[in-house]
Amino acid sequence: MSARTGAQTSARAEILGRIRTALLDVDRDAESATAPIVAPPGARPPGADHPDGLVAHFAERVADYRATVVRCPPDGLTAAIAAALPAGARVVVPPGLPDDHLAGIPTPVPDSGLAASELDALDAVVTRCRLGIAETGTIVLDHTPDQGRRAIALVPDHHVCIVHADQIVPDVPDAIARLDPHRPLTWISGPSATSDIELDRVEGVHGPRRLHVIVVDPDPA
Amino acid sequence: MSATFVGMPAFPSAARTALGNTQLRHNLAHATGVIRAKRAAVVGEVENWEELRLAGAAVKERALRSLDAHLVQLEESLTARGAVVHWARDAAEANRIVVDLARAREIDEVVKVKSMVTQEIGLNEALEASGIAAWETDLAELIVQLGGDLPSHILVPAIHRNRAEIREIFTRRMGEVGRPAPDDLTDEPAVLAGAAREHLREKFLRARMAVSGANFAVADSGTLVVVESEGNGRMCLTLPEVLVSIVGIEKVVPTWAELDPLLRLLPRSSTGERMNPYTSTWTGVVPDDGPQEVHVVLLDNGRTRALGDPTGRQALRCIRCSACLNVCPVYERTGGHAYGSVYPGPIGAILNPLLRGTGDPQTDSLPYASTLCGACFEACPVRIDIPEVLVHLRAEVVDAHRADRLPKPEALAFRGAAWAFGHAQRLDRTEWLSSLAGRLLRRRGRTSLGRLPGPGAAWTDARDLPAPPTETFRAWWRRTDGGERP
Amino acid sequence: MRVALMVTCVNDAMFPGTGQAVVRLLRRLGVEVDFPAAQTCCGQPMVNTGYLDEAVPAVRSFVRAFEGYDAVVTPSGSCAGSARHQHRLVAQRSGDTGLVAAVAATSPRTYELSEFLIDVLGVSDVGAYFPHSVTYHPTCHSLRMLGVGDRPRRLLEQVRGLRLLDLPKAEECCGFGGTFALKNSDTSVAMGSDKARHVRETGAEVLVAGDNSCLMHIGGVLGRGRSGVRVLHLAEILASTEEQPA
Repeated sequence: MSARTGAQTSARAEILGRIRTALLDVDRDAESATAPIVAPPGARPPGADHPDGLVAHFAERVADYRATVVRCPPDGLTAAIAAALPAGARVVVPPGLPDDHLAGIPTPVPDSGLAASELDALDAVVTRCRLGIAETGTIVLDHTPDQGRRAIALVPDHHVCIVHADQIVPDVPDAIARLDPHRPLTWISGPSATSDIELDRVEGVHGPRRLHVIVVDPDPA
Repeated sequence: MSATFVGMPAFPSAARTALGNTQLRHNLAHATGVIRAKRAAVVGEVENWEELRLAGAAVKERALRSLDAHLVQLEESLTARGAVVHWARDAAEANRIVVDLARAREIDEVVKVKSMVTQEIGLNEALEASGIAAWETDLAELIVQLGGDLPSHILVPAIHRNRAEIREIFTRRMGEVGRPAPDDLTDEPAVLAGAAREHLREKFLRARMAVSGANFAVADSGTLVVVESEGNGRMCLTLPEVLVSIVGIEKVVPTWAELDPLLRLLPRSSTGERMNPYTSTWTGVVPDDGPQEVHVVLLDNGRTRALGDPTGRQALRCIRCSACLNVCPVYERTGGHAYGSVYPGPIGAILNPLLRGTGDPQTDSLPYASTLCGACFEACPVRIDIPEVLVHLRAEVVDAHRADRLPKPEALAFRGAAWAFGHAQRLDRTEWLSSLAGRLLRRRGRTSLGRLPGPGAAWTDARDLPAPPTETFRAWWRRTDGGERP
Repeated sequence: MRVALMVTCVNDAMFPGTGQAVVRLLRRLGVEVDFPAAQTCCGQPMVNTGYLDEAVPAVRSFVRAFEGYDAVVTPSGSCAGSARHQHRLVAQRSGDTGLVAAVAATSPRTYELSEFLIDVLGVSDVGAYFPHSVTYHPTCHSLRMLGVGDRPRRLLEQVRGLRLLDLPKAEECCGFGGTFALKNSDTSVAMGSDKARHVRETGAEVLVAGDNSCLMHIGGVLGRGRSGVRVLHLAEILASTEEQPA
């Protein structure tokens, strides 16, 4: 990190000075300025009191984005992963992916700091996630070892993501409260999409064009 | 291929040109119709939407009311996590910082995440002038850049283009700057999106430096947030070695927890989705993951000017969702170019004068580019009372001309009105003239006026105007004692 | 209850029939209404064009004319909105604390006609008769500045003989916008043409609204197109009877 140059010192001082001048009319000590704002509670999806209601709502909302969603019991996970991957797919895996996940992947390629171009030559990626948000159909990755670096969940065109029923929270405020902002976070709601042509949503631009979410549910309905 | 808004005519004249473009009218009516319906559906799902708007507004307001303290905290948090913080007073200073960072690393191309602020400061043009190529990677920005065009919408800069036009631009231009469009390119949106994917992939894979903006910058954690749809943002934020983010100082959110209402409000207001496909957050440098050199440029460029206006400062709450554009009946018909700025529509009509100051004819025309219908305020997720600020800025425009030696006819007319409205007797005498005209016209059987000369033509060129009545209400009341006498 | 009519400058000079209809309607409902002769204009044309100093005399006239009344009724959502939401701004700018106090007393007692009928008098059936097909345009300031909601529709639904037809995209602005209609006449006409098209799509004989200024604009576009659709203020339909039709 370079030392701050003279121009930078004066830019910083000048901007902060301008702000203080601009705010001369404002009561800085008012409670509205000092206390964090408490937002209204998030949605409580129908049946949210029961884990199964939450899982169903989550699955419905993920599917709304035209992602594939399947639910399986814990002992069916290996098979569910195998079924999610096309035959012969070369699949990058994060270093901390559990063994029962790996068992479903015929040819796993462990990520050892692969270059972007190497990732681009692979077909799919299998990761876990930090949590799922039912109301918005979102999965959030915090890129710990069971999810791997940000690049591996991005460059391959097919993302298989495993979420456990007890990782699903009702709405955004519940997610914010559980996530560590110091981790890099990737919130994913469906496959890559764009509305840039006539505001018509179409799936598939730069991120994975196929998103396959497997919900591991000890008590599937 | 760069284009700027420099030298644009004032709004009424630019609007007249735009109104005559039938393709534009059709494209806009279709696109705004689609997005209005989508927004209404997902906003309707949220039971406590109004409370959520209040919370969103309060968070941004709280950030602004102690902006200096929050920025200092943001700087500390970022620095502690390995980011380098720069401060830029204006566009030129910000551009110089980015150019210097690229040059020092012998970088001759950068990939860009869609960012309003880099358009505002003309970063692409500044990079080009220094021999550094800037590749826009958002689909709509790519369409605008390849088309040598100007953005016309905050969220969807190519909203003025339809699929056939986009196909033509891709076919003609992609090959000149990289991988050409496939020969069998159709105008299906999915096919066009696929062509953009192929064209940009080689640029993502080789780029050493990326430039982004940020939707939010969280002071207490030092976290930057980018909200997007396509994954081009993730590519830029993840693959290059160096990441430079230019962040307007008003983007600060005091605490991580206060991000919550904004993340609930933004996607529903913006693309009409419960959540946008991708949101990326990063806090400084993450060892062995993503860019290992992270720079943040905190930009003023007129924001402190806007902050110093107690009525206008609410515009700095804006989270660039573009809901106000989508619901605006003026924008729907004129499109964004008529506003002569990267910030078009109702928010542009207040933000540009607040950032730049009034005084030139183009900027001064913007606060008048509205009927004050209030649809924008109703849709704004952070409750910016745009009509209130429009009226406030109109007064600023008028006040700047109070000392003119030769007052405008409009100013004289309003002085006359002020005199007449000061006392009912004066108004009565003025109205006597219109009743006389009414009697003369109606005696000849005229109930409406045809085309009038002079300033009246602005009304009567396309609209009838009723002939004045033969008797005002006031005169009727006096004559009949309020209708008690025949 | 002492009730004053604020007729508005536009109605006074251009549409006296609307003011007369309000007087007839309120009398029929047992409300004796005064017309304070000192009234001129609410000041909105000046405020909305940026001439705040020029609005001060109008606001002074307003408080002079209406102070002491329990309610001020006006057949204009826009002018009621001006009194309720803009007068404070003008008074503060004048620096006259007396005017600020006078405005604070009068502006909350200013009602748009449908608000007065439903909220103050508590009536929705005003005994009107109007045997025509009608479509209703909710004007922006009544809808979004005042929040009159469905009050005008509730009044129209009770009018005998009246067939109310839904206006497509009813809540979209007609493009009048005060001096906008002149300063940005092209955009104004583009909006007005779309509004007129929606009106014609309904097949209604009559377009009704609570603001004559908006009706003058939409009616001007309809009239230039020789559309055969008549525009009428809400007050005139509500005042209409078999004996004295609108």
